[in-house]
Amino acid sequence: MIARRFWAWVVFALGAAYFLLPLLATFIFSLQMRRGRLTFDAYLSVFADARFQATFGYSLTCAVFAIIVGVAIVLPAAYFVRLRLQWLRPLMEFITLLPLIVPPIILVFGHIRMFNSSSILPLTNSAFGTDVLIVCGYVTLALPYMYRAIDTGLRTIDVGTLTEAATILGANPIRTMVSVIFPNIFVAVLSGAFLTFAIVIGEFVLASLLNRPAFGVYMQNVGANRAYEPSALAIVSFALTWGAMGVIQLLDRFAPKTARKD
Amino acid sequence: MTNVSRIADKTAGPVSGPAALSLNSPMLGAWLGVLPFILFALLFLVVPTLSLVASAFVDGSGNFTLQNIADLWTDQVRSAFEISIKVSAASAFFGAVIGLAMALAIIRGKLPGAIRSTVMTFSGVASNFAGLPLAFAFIATVGRLGLVTVILKTVFGFDIYKSGFNLLSFTGLTLTYLYFQIPLMILIIAPAIDGLRKEWSEAAATLGASRLQFWLHIGFPILWPNLLGTLSLLFANAFGAIATAYALTGSSLNIVPILLYAQIRGDVLHNPGLGAALALGMIVITAFANVIYIVVRTRAERWLK
Amino acid sequence: MADAFLRIDNLVKSFAGNTVVKGVNLAFEKGEFVSLLGPSGCGKTTILRMIAGFERPTSGQILVEGQDISPLPPNRRKIGMVFQAYALFPNMNVEDNVGFGLKIAGVARDERRARVEEMLKLIGLPGYGKRFPFEMSGGQQQRVALARALAPKPRMLLLDEPLSALDAKIRVSLREEIRAIQRELGITTVFVTHDQEEALSISDRIVVLSAGNVEQVGAPFEIYNKPATRFVATFVGQINTLTGRVVDGAARTVDLDGQVVHVPALPTGAAAGSEVALTLRPEAVRVAGAAEGDVTLDGTVAEVAFLGSVIRLKVRLGKNNIDLDTFNDPSTPPPALGNTIRVSLNSSDVFVLAD
Repeated sequence: MIARRFWAWVVFALGAAYFLLPLLATFIFSLQMRRGRLTFDAYLSVFADARFQATFGYSLTCAVFAIIVGVAIVLPAAYFVRLRLQWLRPLMEFITLLPLIVPPIILVFGHIRMFNSSSILPLTNSAFGTDVLIVCGYVTLALPYMYRAIDTGLRTIDVGTLTEAATILGANPIRTMVSVIFPNIFVAVLSGAFLTFAIVIGEFVLASLLNRPAFGVYMQNVGANRAYEPSALAIVSFALTWGAMGVIQLLDRFAPKTARKD
Repeated sequence: MTNVSRIADKTAGPVSGPAALSLNSPMLGAWLGVLPFILFALLFLVVPTLSLVASAFVDGSGNFTLQNIADLWTDQVRSAFEISIKVSAASAFFGAVIGLAMALAIIRGKLPGAIRSTVMTFSGVASNFAGLPLAFAFIATVGRLGLVTVILKTVFGFDIYKSGFNLLSFTGLTLTYLYFQIPLMILIIAPAIDGLRKEWSEAAATLGASRLQFWLHIGFPILWPNLLGTLSLLFANAFGAIATAYALTGSSLNIVPILLYAQIRGDVLHNPGLGAALALGMIVITAFANVIYIVVRTRAERWLK
Repeated sequence: MADAFLRIDNLVKSFAGNTVVKGVNLAFEKGEFVSLLGPSGCGKTTILRMIAGFERPTSGQILVEGQDISPLPPNRRKIGMVFQAYALFPNMNVEDNVGFGLKIAGVARDERRARVEEMLKLIGLPGYGKRFPFEMSGGQQQRVALARALAPKPRMLLLDEPLSALDAKIRVSLREEIRAIQRELGITTVFVTHDQEEALSISDRIVVLSAGNVEQVGAPFEIYNKPATRFVATFVGQINTLTGRVVDGAARTVDLDGQVVHVPALPTGAAAGSEVALTLRPEAVRVAGAAEGDVTLDGTVAEVAFLGSVIRLKVRLGKNNIDLDTFNDPSTPPPALGNTIRVSLNSSDVFVLAD
């Protein structure tokens, strides 16, 4: 018993060292911009950079649109598959697994080929069209997470009974989805949203290959040309990811559950 | 749509016809709800990927060819696949082993409960903390001028770069990838370890088995499908990753995604069809790894019903 | 008692300051089937887990054949155990599950196979060796679990609510089967249950536990008919509790809503006019056919519950209600609500419980 606990502590301590050391080192490194002094100048320099503000704003906007589009297509599909089209489940699971099988770089390569200037739908011809394409790309990347989050939410409430109860009280399907189902899985939708946010905000490959001024491209640029700012950006990104994940965990505790967990 | 509404007109009235054809029918509503999703998946996921894969088999004038696939057999491409597979395999293997050890420690090692929830939350964050910032963090830590490198050199007189370590190499990339591989392993394997019921080890004990014998005959055989499945998932995860490697090494490390990235930007292979063939090669490998994951996973779930 | 097969001396178990087993003393004979019966939280499972070695006693001793087993880890105690949720190893088929204990003990393959076959025959599942647990019903899985526990020939068998996860019908048939197998092998068995009917039907003796204390130890007949405490009387079977007033302590007469009843015993020193609780089983009360010397009481029918073979009536006698069971008679419909009814009982069936 004692030996087991001893080894558990050893493993935990080694793991903690591996995971905390880079964070600590990066943080200290980011404070060393001024020779001989520890300052937050690297952060100030990053935040004051107009390109930081512009690219971060751009990525944030992309994330918001990706979340809206993602919820709008995933929620009704997941709901009706659970409710009436059970046999479509394997197909849904397969489709939502695809973005994990097909690496992002191949996805964007496919997009560039399919929506180029000589295609039927030449999205890459205009900046706006490319923005639309990049949002759709982000929705695709986030599809596995969004679907799983919403589907888990639907599983914890009793979709069938809630729908029957709403229908017998006179609600039509859209009304049922909007005012009965959605509020009950709002927390699950939010965790899908925050996961999408975490994926989109620092994304590099899509933005770079589609030539959009996104935060990821900016970070890459800073990484190639500056010494201390990249570590400041790494710390900021880590804080953002931590924030998004923390919010998801927090939300999980308040999720309503009407059905048994299975 | 006209067809549907015409049939719907006919069947409207007190006696409703086949439910699936009526406009008010719940089935039609359900299909309308699923349709946007299917269309989106086709337009932005299935068709682009398939047409890309298909174009690997087409030459410049639109005829079927296997030449693109054959042309992959150059030293540059082959070594890219070699390094990619090596890095992915190494980071998946060590990620799985270390992740399993940590998951076992926090779940079955009788550590305080607070540690478990902290590690799980941290794993959620770290498994999503990939890409450029991760590379920046490792450059700041064990890069040539990284904090740990400098401290080791000035305080302990030990130069890790002189002793053969290089962040911009196979070892360095593997070490960096572990930062998201280990947490991913912990997140996936923790529920499986939780699924090992206390009664199994107790039953084994009443039948005379020691702890070691329990793990040998029951614990690991039950976890095995999950381990194998997660291993292939981690492999695919590392194989498709590019941002971290790109930020770490620029285009100096020749791994498949970076080669493809360069090809898309500027046709470095001097043959557009070759890019598609490269993509096909990547898909084949990640799909293979994922198929193993799905098959093994299904088997494991059958057991643990 | 020194030669008892299993002896438990002053056993105490506390979890974080909460004492769940409070100084239990028990002695089991070899080959006995003993049930530990009580509501959840009474400490019965904790006692079983201390015998198995999964919990360490806070104080006290557990002796098997005179030897203190507390230094032994669970895997060296040679005690078989069956768990509530089967706990079959999901990665092994039936054969490997049943043979696991033998394999650990280093029994040769041929001998192992023969023993497994023998065990499968014993539990009525011959030819099921290649099945996996997930392909079997709950009842079958639990039988395999029993075979697995018995295969290494343990010196004792512990059953931790083995039937509570099963359907009602299988529960009854499997408990009879467990008892038959136990008789055949003559193995000392400790059976934990919260179901009094289960305990009554298969045990040689029952230990009734409440809040960590032993309330009564005895044969099922004794426990049911001569409950030692109010807890035992109410927990085991259905019981009527009637409040009466002592008329004459010496003559053992009690006034029950205006009717004087002669009871077999009264607490010593029960003063005339003091309140006393009389208890009797529903089946001790009859509607018709008062025998010589019976007490008859008049009341009105307050409730009628048709349970199939039995009809349970609630009869109001002034302040007290009395439940009684009559057998279903197809030719006579049950009495209607509000009817006046005369019931009779033998005063020797009435007992008085000290609180």
